[in-house]
Amino acid sequence: MNKERLKPEHPMEALLRMDRMPHIWCPTCGIGTAVSCFITALEKIDYPLDKVVVVSGIGCTGRVAGYVKLDSFHTTHGRPIPFATGLKLGNPELKVVVFSGDGDIVAIGGNHFIHAARRNIDITVICVNNFNYAMTGGQVAPTTPLTALATTSPYGCFETPFSIPYLADSCGAVYVARWTALHIRRLTKSMVEALNKPGFSVVEVICPCSTLYARRNKLGTGLDLMKFYHESSVIKHGADTRELDIEFQKPMVVGKFVDRERPTFLESWNAQMKKALGEKFQPYGGSNEHD
Amino acid sequence: MKLWRTPLDIDRLKIPHGELHIIKDRCKGCGFCVEYCPREVLELSDEFNIKGYHPPYVKDEEGCADCRLCEAICPEFAIFVTTKEEVESVES
Repeated sequence: MNKERLKPEHPMEALLRMDRMPHIWCPTCGIGTAVSCFITALEKIDYPLDKVVVVSGIGCTGRVAGYVKLDSFHTTHGRPIPFATGLKLGNPELKVVVFSGDGDIVAIGGNHFIHAARRNIDITVICVNNFNYAMTGGQVAPTTPLTALATTSPYGCFETPFSIPYLADSCGAVYVARWTALHIRRLTKSMVEALNKPGFSVVEVICPCSTLYARRNKLGTGLDLMKFYHESSVIKHGADTRELDIEFQKPMVVGKFVDRERPTFLESWNAQMKKALGEKFQPYGGSNEHD
Repeated sequence: MKLWRTPLDIDRLKIPHGELHIIKDRCKGCGFCVEYCPREVLELSDEFNIKGYHPPYVKDEEGCADCRLCEAICPEFAIFVTTKEEVESVES
């Protein structure tokens, strides 16, 4: 045991709460890989880490907030985005990241997602999509592809799924990308770009769920599923977001789809107040002078 | 080493070497590192760790080129690479 301690430490341990390890994710789940990409991205952005905040909701991916050694918040189901909005507006210096799952962000928190995108609040959303509600037993999620089996659709899912990049684009997000968990370097690069981008940026990470989605649909282990996603995905930067639907076990399009400029919530608020109130208005956010 | 074409600066190129560190008891035996190592350095072992999974072992210690893909891909944060000082040239 003492010998082990003399060995050099894992470089990511500095940003992980090692007392909470091992984490709860199943073997061959891709969320751990997404977290390691996120940690690499955090090391690459030139931003003090004591001003980075991670907010998560409920679900498998919702555990991320508990495992990263930053200021992190584990909020109620579906509410990481309103919580992050409050954090960002309360202290505009913070870089706020919402790291949560598809069930959390586009199902129960769907309304918050579209309004945060509409207002262009300056937060980064990393949405891990594993096509079902994995933590509660594999029920149908709004992202489950047609004909896929799940606990609550034993004869095949018949609900048309959401396409997260299309939803984000049409609601006004300024940065939208989708990668599988195995596109490590590209995913890390996308996360860096999303973190540096002012405005509402969304990165969707396609992740295999070994225990529920792969087992119910008889797709082998998570490793087989991960390999399938990676090999069958087509990289198409700037693709039309209307054509990004995911069909069951069919090739999917990945890449960076949207990268545009729009005034953020605080910028438009400051501009409007300045116009209405004139010189007596003190702009809020973006500088340290207000306090 | 296999090359697709001979690089023009082959006489100046050096292959870096990495030393692999596997934290066996943290591994859940998913096999990502074994599957995706571009130089097939790792292999799942027959031994059991504390959790009852088979952790990987280093099959080909000299083969590691310090690309750190295993470090990035491991979902359990159980493997990492440190750079070795000595380097070999491509031609050898």
